[in-house]
Amino acid sequence: MLKKRIIPCLDIKNGRTVKGINFVGIRDAGDPIELAKQYVAHGADELVFLDITATVEKRKTLVELVTHIAEEINIPFTVGGGINTIEDVSSVIKAGADKVSVNSSAVKNPELITQIAKRFGSQCCVVAIDTKFMDGEWFVFVHGGRTATPIKTLDWVKKVEALGAGEILLTSMNNDGTKAGFALDITEEVSKSINIPVIASGGAGTKAHFKTLFETTHASAGLAASIFHYGEIPIPELKDYLKNENIAIRWT
Amino acid sequence: MIAIIKYNAGNIRSVQNALNRLGYESIITDDKTEILNASKVIFPGVGEASSAMQYLEEKGLDDVIRSIKKPMLGICLGLQLMCEYSEEGNTQCLGIFNTQVKKFPPKEKVPHIGWNNFTEVKSALFKDIKVTDDMYYVHSYYAENNPQSIATCDYILPFATAMQHDNFYATQFHPEKSADVGTQLLKNFLEL
Repeated sequence: MLKKRIIPCLDIKNGRTVKGINFVGIRDAGDPIELAKQYVAHGADELVFLDITATVEKRKTLVELVTHIAEEINIPFTVGGGINTIEDVSSVIKAGADKVSVNSSAVKNPELITQIAKRFGSQCCVVAIDTKFMDGEWFVFVHGGRTATPIKTLDWVKKVEALGAGEILLTSMNNDGTKAGFALDITEEVSKSINIPVIASGGAGTKAHFKTLFETTHASAGLAASIFHYGEIPIPELKDYLKNENIAIRWT
Repeated sequence: MIAIIKYNAGNIRSVQNALNRLGYESIITDDKTEILNASKVIFPGVGEASSAMQYLEEKGLDDVIRSIKKPMLGICLGLQLMCEYSEEGNTQCLGIFNTQVKKFPPKEKVPHIGWNNFTEVKSALFKDIKVTDDMYYVHSYYAENNPQSIATCDYILPFATAMQHDNFYATQFHPEKSADVGTQLLKNFLEL
């Protein structure tokens, strides 16, 4: 049976791990490689590295970091943040990343999704979407959630699937940083409207939030940062709990 | 020396990293002599079947692969290219395994991404690996079950997740990305 995945997300700035709370108020907390190895040892199913300072001059640093991560860890990982061109994609894939995630750049240039799918395969193209509920609708936001767009989330996910995306990483801005649980409604609506896997993100605060996510939606994975990052919920404890609750998870 | 076949497929370096962690030296190469002189060959790959096959044919690597006598392990796209035919890009493949590669029907999420266990495992390749162990998958096409299957997995339907014919081995999952269990499988292959 295919297992539900637990994915820690590591925000990277200047080669160090950070986590934004509601996209602002960043705290510095650790060496990404050491943290990644610890997550692997604890049973994380996959890792996401999000470079939040991915400017042109930082690109080389990121590629070096990706190279080191790939040398050290034996589970899949995704790299995102400032991936704007097919050349950016190529450099991190060649350095050893399994997937890239594109967000604002895909909204600006949807053709990028098709380019990635054609050159490297759909499986390595994760489309990350920051979504916010406003006036009765879920909309797509870009630039780290700072800029609204008129694009409806349900329209966008269908479009990116057709363009060749292999997976959706859906972050609810209404839930992110609240620790009040995942946005179950939009996660399920998105998951039902497309046939590619959906990773739910934003709002995880308790072990029960993951259980509810997997029991009430078709999400393939749950992603979180701070609860893992600051040891609030150790991954082995979360997996132990989910196993006892009869959720299909990988047991190591 | 282990040879990792270099072609236009993604993420070949992950395999080399995994071999390094196990203490094995390897070269990433498309040179016929280096491939045929290697003690083991790994044929990895993430990518698209028709463009990969076209590249192999242009470089003459299709005939090189068929003539390998030492143990060879195909991974993911590598497995699919070792079959007779793939629906992906309507591609005639290497014909090492007598089976076809088809697209998953969209009854569940496709691609099949994530960790999945086995319905059956046999062969020395799976020494110390249990049917309940999970390996990491990422694929939209699968090889039909057949007498050369040495492991099966169930997603939407039962499919051949590992095959063997003479010195040729292949896995649909990525042992190089499957944590300690995957490392065990690579170790088993290297010790064949």
